[in-house]
Amino acid sequence: MSNQTSTLFDKVWDSHVVRKIEDGPDVFFIDRHFIHEVTSPVAFLGLESRNVGVIYPNRTFATADHNTPTINQHLPVQDPLSAKQLDALETNSAKYGISHWGLGNAKNGIVHVVGPENGITLPGMTIVCGDSHTSTHGAFGAIAFGIGTSEVEMVLSSQCIMQPKPKKMRVNVNGKLGKAVTPKDVTLYIISKLTTAGATGYFVEYAGNVFENMSMEGRMTVCNMSIEMGARGGMIAPDQTTFDYINGRDQAPKGEKWDKALAYWKTLKTDEGAVFDKEYNFDAADIEPMITYGTNPGMGQGISRNIPTSGEVEGGKATYDKSLNYMGFHENESMLGKKIDYVFIGSCTNGRIEDFRAFASIVKGRKKADNVTAWVVPGSHIVEAQIKEEGILDILTEAGFELRQPGCSACLAMNDDKIPAGKYAVSTSNRNFEGRQGPGARTLLASPLVAAAAAVTGMVTDPRDLM
Amino acid sequence: MAYDKFTILRSTAVPLPIENVDTDQIIPARFLKATKREAFGDNLFRDWRYNGDDTPKADFVLNNPIYSGKILVGGRNFGSGSSREHAAWAIYDYGFRCVVSSFFADIFKGNSLNIGILPVQVSEEFLDKIFQAIEADPHAELEINLPEETITLVATGEKESFDINGYKKHNMINGFDDIDYLQAMKNEITEFEAARLY
Repeated sequence: MSNQTSTLFDKVWDSHVVRKIEDGPDVFFIDRHFIHEVTSPVAFLGLESRNVGVIYPNRTFATADHNTPTINQHLPVQDPLSAKQLDALETNSAKYGISHWGLGNAKNGIVHVVGPENGITLPGMTIVCGDSHTSTHGAFGAIAFGIGTSEVEMVLSSQCIMQPKPKKMRVNVNGKLGKAVTPKDVTLYIISKLTTAGATGYFVEYAGNVFENMSMEGRMTVCNMSIEMGARGGMIAPDQTTFDYINGRDQAPKGEKWDKALAYWKTLKTDEGAVFDKEYNFDAADIEPMITYGTNPGMGQGISRNIPTSGEVEGGKATYDKSLNYMGFHENESMLGKKIDYVFIGSCTNGRIEDFRAFASIVKGRKKADNVTAWVVPGSHIVEAQIKEEGILDILTEAGFELRQPGCSACLAMNDDKIPAGKYAVSTSNRNFEGRQGPGARTLLASPLVAAAAAVTGMVTDPRDLM
Repeated sequence: MAYDKFTILRSTAVPLPIENVDTDQIIPARFLKATKREAFGDNLFRDWRYNGDDTPKADFVLNNPIYSGKILVGGRNFGSGSSREHAAWAIYDYGFRCVVSSFFADIFKGNSLNIGILPVQVSEEFLDKIFQAIEADPHAELEINLPEETITLVATGEKESFDINGYKKHNMINGFDDIDYLQAMKNEITEFEAARLY
């Protein structure tokens, strides 16, 4: 290429390549590494068997989240296997001098919630974690993505991983979002258009005034879901909204360091004329409150639409039929009015303060439907404290909801928060795969507003009718 | 963790003609509680393979004694979802050394290569041919030739090439892993780290 233009992604990626291997991956330097109890123990065993240490312990941060109870966290963990994993995280962290926010720690919470809220996540960084929703941190203009346990071992031992550079995609959404259309609806809409594998092999930049006008919480929701269309990650150029969010947070740069960092962050944007391998444009006005009807996150649509026929969707009929059969749904049915048994609000996708504000805005002055079991799970203790301070807890309590303690909870149902077989759950989490929220559980992914509407009516309800 | 070297693999195959086989199906989250890598193969495709009372589901392919082998053949977009390497461990520990599909999710593909499973991406047409060949004869063999980067239906000799980068190919053939490589370039990494803004 003759011009010197480059994308935000190129700028961050290229500045982290330690070595280029011919006909192979890049040796890629990692600024921040998050670990949790589930995907790290085998990596630590690997270090021991090779007799190597942790090269930069201050670049790794541990928090317990995937496999933790969301009630009675002050008591010993009941499940012996879970307790053992939590112990392993604590012991390994202590042994190698890694910061550890275990159960009971005031900073504890879901890894992708606590990283940003403590100022650990910063623009221009490379961030990895043994969790595919690490893409969340891309909201800050960082390159952030999930890795496997072998790679966790690589980062611990060398602060690098081996990665081929992905292709580049830009998704532009411009225009004005309609009533009750939240960042979750924007991402579910994009995924429904691109399909569950439509961005595999790509790293996505989200651009356009819809993202520029979004809060950091909203941007995190969007970037979080990038993996659900197959992308390794997604990112949004940092701007004043980003800088204001970071400024003053616990581990954010201060004083001269802040000035220096800010000057760098302001260079982190895609140059005019830079080329992407693929580009999509969407109109904000086309987006409705969304809900999924199938068993992957690409199987979603506007809440007022009927379930498509197999002829209208990509992929084979056998796979489509299997999916609807699992859900107990039929082609051409309306989603509105379908009875709901469970509602889950929380997760690294929608477990931040804005999400609970949205949920409360519909719940306020109404009552939880009798047929619904609701799990309201903050993403961290800091979010939990905000819920209490802002009076949201009072609204929830008044309406018959209980607030649980932070963790990944029913998003992946590793702990006791499992949706029973055959039951329907409207969930603000990120995956509706078969059995994701418990064996046989049927998940309908949606925004906090749609979840709230379901919680108070006991069925799939258009939140616009309650606003 | 060391794995067996991979050069040429000739084997019968197990067909799983379903699209978007995600990592929650390969191994559900409730089986990720171990602190060691052991026995993950027992829970491979747990909820497709067993009923709630742990009795085998007769119609699932792993419970059908007609099908066996070291090659798993899956539908398009195999391995989507979570980054859990446990999914690749479960496949390896069950006894597979190669997964064939027309499209792989990125993280799963990387995890597989890191632990010694060869992901072989073929065209939709060739994938259909493989499924048809196995349907016609469950003992039909496939030959995966890593040095030559080819996959062959042994009975008919029909063949297709697949892609793998030279670095990973060299690792698989020799049983090397990335950590050995990275340990050998520590000085370069330390210099790089010292120059970071944060």
